[in-house]
Amino acid sequence: MELQITWFVLWAVLWAVYFMLDGFVLGTGFLSGILAKNDTEKRLLINSVGPVWDGNEVWLITAGGATFAAFPTTYALMFSYMYTALLLLLFSLIVRGVSFEFRGKIEGLAWKQGWDRAIMISSFLPALLFGVAFGNIFKGLPMDASGHHGGLLSLLNPYGILTGLLFVCLFAVHGALYTSVKTVGDLSKRAFELAKMLWIPLLLVALLFLGATAYSTKLYDNYLAAPYLFLIPAIAVLALVAVQAYIIANKPLKAFAASCVTILFVVFTGVTGLFPNLIPSSLDPAHSLTIYNSSSSQYTLVIMTVVAFIFVPIVIAYKVWVYRIFRAPVTERDLLENPEAY
Amino acid sequence: MDVLALSRLQFAVTTMFHFIFVPLTLGLSVLTAWFETKYVRTGDATYLRMTKFWGKLFLINFALGVVTGITQEFQFGMNWAEYSRYVGDIFGAPLAIEATAAFFLESVFIGVWIFGWDKISKRAHAVTIWLVAFGTNLSALWILLANGWMQKPVGFVLRNGRAEMNDFLALVTNPYGWIKFLHTVTSGYMVAAFFVMGIAAWHLLRKNEIDFFTRSFKTAAMFGLLAGLAVGATGDFHAVEIAKVQPTKFAAMESVWETRTNAPMHLLLVPDEANERNAVATASIPGMLSFMAFHDINGEVKGLKEFPKEERPPVLPVFLSFRLMVALGTLMIGLSLLAVIMPRWKHFLDFKLFLWIMVAALPLPYITVQLGWLVAELGRQPWVVYGVLKTADGVSKSVSLLQVGGSLVGFTLLYGLLGAIDIYLLAKYAKKGPDNDTTGMIPVKEVA
Repeated sequence: MELQITWFVLWAVLWAVYFMLDGFVLGTGFLSGILAKNDTEKRLLINSVGPVWDGNEVWLITAGGATFAAFPTTYALMFSYMYTALLLLLFSLIVRGVSFEFRGKIEGLAWKQGWDRAIMISSFLPALLFGVAFGNIFKGLPMDASGHHGGLLSLLNPYGILTGLLFVCLFAVHGALYTSVKTVGDLSKRAFELAKMLWIPLLLVALLFLGATAYSTKLYDNYLAAPYLFLIPAIAVLALVAVQAYIIANKPLKAFAASCVTILFVVFTGVTGLFPNLIPSSLDPAHSLTIYNSSSSQYTLVIMTVVAFIFVPIVIAYKVWVYRIFRAPVTERDLLENPEAY
Repeated sequence: MDVLALSRLQFAVTTMFHFIFVPLTLGLSVLTAWFETKYVRTGDATYLRMTKFWGKLFLINFALGVVTGITQEFQFGMNWAEYSRYVGDIFGAPLAIEATAAFFLESVFIGVWIFGWDKISKRAHAVTIWLVAFGTNLSALWILLANGWMQKPVGFVLRNGRAEMNDFLALVTNPYGWIKFLHTVTSGYMVAAFFVMGIAAWHLLRKNEIDFFTRSFKTAAMFGLLAGLAVGATGDFHAVEIAKVQPTKFAAMESVWETRTNAPMHLLLVPDEANERNAVATASIPGMLSFMAFHDINGEVKGLKEFPKEERPPVLPVFLSFRLMVALGTLMIGLSLLAVIMPRWKHFLDFKLFLWIMVAALPLPYITVQLGWLVAELGRQPWVVYGVLKTADGVSKSVSLLQVGGSLVGFTLLYGLLGAIDIYLLAKYAKKGPDNDTTGMIPVKEVA
């Protein structure tokens, strides 16, 4: 296999895993205002993601780093063309990270409420903006030889917003299911009920997205050329249905697992349609950024492949170990016993 | 101001802000790990309390270091797209490796360390903080190899309109990057040492927790002295490397205009950039500059006049930053030495002046490391990659003045607010002193 294709696959996997992992942190974050009834419940939510959020966010850094190293031209143009959207994203991720750390450091209602609001906003915006950004990548950016002809407002086109909504709904269900698995009692039940309810708008938006994709993008061209690829969106849809089936069967952990599969395959569905583009040009296909015209040299790709194949399995191994250590739900006793808890 | 000037200013603001938190993370992770190891080895509860107290300050500081680090990766693409496109083939690699091999390590295990007190064995728990310390230091290595490449580009060939990597080994063994790494992390250790000594001295002046803070002080003093000596030694090698590969930076550091052998060092020197000379140059040590540059008093030091004006860095700020950095560094090595000796004296706690000096010295290494970066980055100008790509040619073409202006204001406000909160929280918890928290206590039987 050509290394460009290896890196295209790796690029998709890094983004998909990032969305799967940070998706539940973001979802838990922006739902916290609805889910938690009091300060203890807020703390339970924050502490349920506490041990893992930082490690999850590194998948984003790695996805960015991999784009830089393997497809530098795409990295350069993607980040500078979507400047304002990425800036908002960056500010949100910064605020979210410090909110977890700062919230419990001062006892005071106004202080805590302020950070609670910060957590909700700074979790909602990335979910929406990542969706908008990927919607526009699927659709293609208005770029040609003279550069990019658009700004933040042109990203907020109907298809971009629809994809943003899709991400928000996906992460909402994902976060609610995570909460139901990682907490106990009333909070867990409420989260489970919320997931069940949110699944309906998610389904609607997902169907709308699949339809609008035919209209707004060229993603289906690859599928029509090789129909067996339809297996990928089929898995996404099946997994989405399985989420609700498991909810009805009262199996939160399996429902969460199905939600993980849904997110992974939604990303794979979009990215498979992109191939071999990384960012298509909506003006002229000749100016699309492809894995061939924007990649690093063969030498660099070889080095990076070796690095990835050594370190990514190691990272996965110790992350699995960490998730096992913290597999038990977070309880009020945990908050009392660990003064270092958020 | 144009897009270029604003982009440079934004890079300076965000990077210098990031580097308020990073050096303490580098050093305090090691000290915290040291305390926890002592605790696991001896079962002495004071070491556990030291781990918790300094660990808490470590975490408050750590949070801001991590989140401001994301900006660093994003803004190469956002503001320096031409740079990223031109050098991504070789410069992207160390950044991607940093994320995969190092950043994951510290970010995953910091979670285990915070939340894992009762979930894993004491020994495993102590290992997690060592993994965090190792991860942060390894992060520094890859980042500084990347920066080292900007200072002394190696292992590449100009092809297809960009710099393509053709020798990965040259990149990872670049002496410039390694010296920079050693110089930077050891100066981070000094920041941590003075941070701990400053806070400990503050409490000792109030006779709070005397045993706790005396022990913290002593450990930090020894750590600071060893680090200080390493900073000095690596600084010396660093100057030699700079003289060899970045003659314009070296000349600006010492405000040398004329090329000469057996060059003297002037203790008192006032650059006059407009007239390409020094207004005052006196109190000279013959041959000293040649010795510093080449470890040979007859070495030939290149003067700035050898280079066209448009290839020279701004002399005055580089010169002043370098002088002040060296002066403060020397002062701190002296203070560390005193800090190692003084606690051996039994009336140590009565010598309040010394303790006050140590409190007042807390910000000094912070200032010094920023000066060091000013020398490194301003001294490299007008190049972004020395001799290969000018800074002016690296800026994004598609980003407007309004966008950069807006983001610069945004960063300044957001960082200013978060920085103020973080420093407030650090001060609050530093003043509060250690808790009597027993989470993670080794039951007596386990120790015996």
